[in-house]
Amino acid sequence: MPDGDNIDTILATDCGSTTTKAILIEKKDGEYRLITRGEAPTTVEAPAEDVTRGVINAVGEVEDLTGREFIKNDAICCPREGAVGCDAYVGTSSAGGGLQMMVAGAAQKMTAESAQRAALGAGAIVMDALAVDDRRQPHERIERIRSKRPDMILLSGGTDGGTKTHPVAMAQIVAAAEARPRFGAGFKLPVIYAGNAEVQDEIKRILGEKAALYVTENIRPQLETENLGPARGKIHDLFLEHVMAQAPGYSKLMGWTTVPLMPTPAAVGLIMQLIAEQEGIQVVGVDIGGATTDVFSVLRSDRDDPGSANVFNRTVSANLGMSYSIFNVVAEAGFENVMRWVPLELDERDIRNRIRNKMIRPTTIPQTLEELMIEQALCREALRLAFVQHKAMAVGLKGVQQQRTIADIFTQAATGRTLVDMLGLDMIVGSGGVLSHAPRRSQAALMMVDGFQPEGFTELAVDSIFMMPQLGVLSTVNKRAALDVFHKDCLIRLGWCIAPRGTGKEGRACMRVEVRTDSGVESHELVVGELKRVPLEPETKATVTVTPAKGFDVGAGPRQTVSREVAGGVVGLVLDARGRPFAPPEEPAPRLHKLAEWNAALDVYPAV
Amino acid sequence: MGYAYTPGLIIAENTIVRKVRGLPLKGEVLVRIGQRVRAEEVVAEAKLPGEVRPVNVASELGIVPDELPDVLLKNEGDPVAKDEPFARTRGLFGLFKSECRAPIEGTIESVSAVTGQAVIRGRPKPLRKLAYVAGTIVDVREGVSATVEAPGTLIQGIFGLAGEAVGTLELAVESPDAVLDADRITPEHAGKVIVGGSLVTADAIKAAVAHGVKGIVSGGLNDADVRATLGYELGVAITGEESLGVTVIITEGFGKISMAGATFELLRKHSGRLASVNGTTQIRAGVIRPEIVIPLDDVPATQVNGHEGGGVLRVGTRLRAIREPYFGRLGRCTAVPPELETLTTEARVRVLEVEFDDGQRAILPRANVELIEA
Repeated sequence: MPDGDNIDTILATDCGSTTTKAILIEKKDGEYRLITRGEAPTTVEAPAEDVTRGVINAVGEVEDLTGREFIKNDAICCPREGAVGCDAYVGTSSAGGGLQMMVAGAAQKMTAESAQRAALGAGAIVMDALAVDDRRQPHERIERIRSKRPDMILLSGGTDGGTKTHPVAMAQIVAAAEARPRFGAGFKLPVIYAGNAEVQDEIKRILGEKAALYVTENIRPQLETENLGPARGKIHDLFLEHVMAQAPGYSKLMGWTTVPLMPTPAAVGLIMQLIAEQEGIQVVGVDIGGATTDVFSVLRSDRDDPGSANVFNRTVSANLGMSYSIFNVVAEAGFENVMRWVPLELDERDIRNRIRNKMIRPTTIPQTLEELMIEQALCREALRLAFVQHKAMAVGLKGVQQQRTIADIFTQAATGRTLVDMLGLDMIVGSGGVLSHAPRRSQAALMMVDGFQPEGFTELAVDSIFMMPQLGVLSTVNKRAALDVFHKDCLIRLGWCIAPRGTGKEGRACMRVEVRTDSGVESHELVVGELKRVPLEPETKATVTVTPAKGFDVGAGPRQTVSREVAGGVVGLVLDARGRPFAPPEEPAPRLHKLAEWNAALDVYPAV
Repeated sequence: MGYAYTPGLIIAENTIVRKVRGLPLKGEVLVRIGQRVRAEEVVAEAKLPGEVRPVNVASELGIVPDELPDVLLKNEGDPVAKDEPFARTRGLFGLFKSECRAPIEGTIESVSAVTGQAVIRGRPKPLRKLAYVAGTIVDVREGVSATVEAPGTLIQGIFGLAGEAVGTLELAVESPDAVLDADRITPEHAGKVIVGGSLVTADAIKAAVAHGVKGIVSGGLNDADVRATLGYELGVAITGEESLGVTVIITEGFGKISMAGATFELLRKHSGRLASVNGTTQIRAGVIRPEIVIPLDDVPATQVNGHEGGGVLRVGTRLRAIREPYFGRLGRCTAVPPELETLTTEARVRVLEVEFDDGQRAILPRANVELIEA
């Protein structure tokens, strides 16, 4: 394989549950750019039962669009042979339901939570987290492992030198379940042990015969330390060896790629970490799909210490999505919470049936504005719920002893506080059809603002065609190519949301905003409850100075003025004086009035 | 002339239905190739591992875990009867002995001197797999599965509740637009698979359970009645495990929607025959739709192409709108323009032109139709 700058032509594919997407990247005039993309149905299941068919079909579309050849002898031609093929071929996959894991630990809020973070960060869906204190009977835990049939189990428990009985008891439960993996009948279930090092021999005695056991470093060697890297690395290895190798056609596909295949969410995590590191920012990303919603974050490990290292976290809300799981959004959020975002009066029975019909025919699309508004309302609630789950998982370590003085009592936060500091968050990146393909970009911006409720200064962006997975795995081969394409072709910068934290009476002063650009200065006075868009073209730089009114804060403290350099976007500046936290009015008439006003301010929907 | 591939559900009057009756773990197949089977005949069985009961011996006997090997009366792998002592302390001068008794009959699976715990595994439980469809065994994988084949009618539904059931097919309404309410269900429907029209109500499902009806097939069902029937909000369309007492299959969708005429007529035609129904639905990758299978021994079969629904959308193709504002309406494709069109939502998508059965014409996204048989 040519390395570094000698790579000119790159093919990257992502095999999703339903669609396989291929992108072609080439170096032109010294920079890497997206040339074209192709897609085809994923072919993991009958009748094809060979994932490479979908890959060949998607790459075939790239061939049709470019008039060039990348396939030779029914395989991706890599390295290039003259004009045929590519210099690097990389791939990600979430087909067949992705990587499904169960984790087990001693205490729910300590080692079991660390195990969850290790599995989620490695790109897995965590089907359940077992713990000694999870209030379940041992036989219930055994039944759970049997019925869920995970691809693998991550077993943790105890710090090194700490509890021995808990990890051993959990190992006995895993052994008793005698679970079989989803793929590969006749194979033993892979189990990774990453707990108290002192009981490794006992764990081997219990699980050695019954499972494919792998022992790695403790994920929680001390209460104050989390060491997720080795366990995540092992999960990746086993994902390839045990899960992917059993899935139809993957052995062949793995032979084609320049670097090992990666679970899709793990690859997204890589690119997000790269961006955060490169730009020195704190970032949250969301991928809202048909069945699941993934939230990724790269945040400081200590909210109060600007110099602290970044921590990557990922959560997956397995049943929040825009098609297969769309009704579950109603079930989890409540019908009223969904409808509070719809600027129309509609019959509940009819709307419930309509959402059910989308669930059973998940590929249909909104044909009327009313239907679009309902889907976008559901998206807001899915984002909100997924973010709540993320905030609960992206936390500091629990159970850590803190030394306190009398002076600390009122200032020091409890252990396990969420790392998500909305005022410190610099960017939110959205992807998934409902955001990336919203007919107007202002719709995507407002869905993210309503769903996440950013505070202070927050840049909003969407992934144009969801190529973050391919760019993530590409970054392991050629970082520059991944970053060039990310900035030039992947990320669509929508603009900045400026929203003070605090609440006040409707109509009272909220903030004064001054926008200074090369072409002049604009001033805006906003009252509580108001939403305003100030156009600021992409690439245009501006200095925005915000002076919040009494009771409001944009990051420097109540009523303190903040100035910040920002760049424009396709939507511009969204000045949000609706307060934080905020919810639309509960009474129907004022609610409909306010929704109409906010939608008009951002020119969200066409006039009818 | 343009065309496009569009998904759809199978409605096949004469086809070959094949059902692989697999065991979840290795067991015994009880039938042989060529054997005729009834729907409710057992074709394979396996022994599921028994329940597992961990017993904290150290805590029950008041000893420390590493004393466990000294007090055990049984070793790993030994059988134990229910209430049989399997661990006993020596006591003081042979007195004050404490015992630990097995909570279930089974074998000692494991003991640990770290946790002080013993794991007892109960006797295996038998699992019997029925033929489900009456027909002929055409394939046997020893210890794994038997495949039943039958010529017959296969109708896929769009959504269902509860798993497999078998009963005689009978129409409970006179037309595909009639509502199946509780009043229409009588004691004569016991053991039958009954057919409704545009809607089945929660009260009708309740009455069906009370009368011992095996299955209900209807065009539509209200979301509110799903909640009322299940007693909880069903979040995702993964069903089949519900214990309702009756299998429910809807063919068109949620709301009051007349059953497609062809489907209703097919069910009317086969009224009185034995039908196998399964409400299991999984709308995810690896989609599973509910089904109605009517074996037809006396009718010559012509196999459909594979088992895929849908087909190629061309001018003249019969179709059904599957999304508002035309949801449930039937019509004929009049054009498949190749260019993207802008909808009122401002989304640019591939579309088709349709003439509905009442003569009205409309433009629909291709994603919002499914093909139906003429």
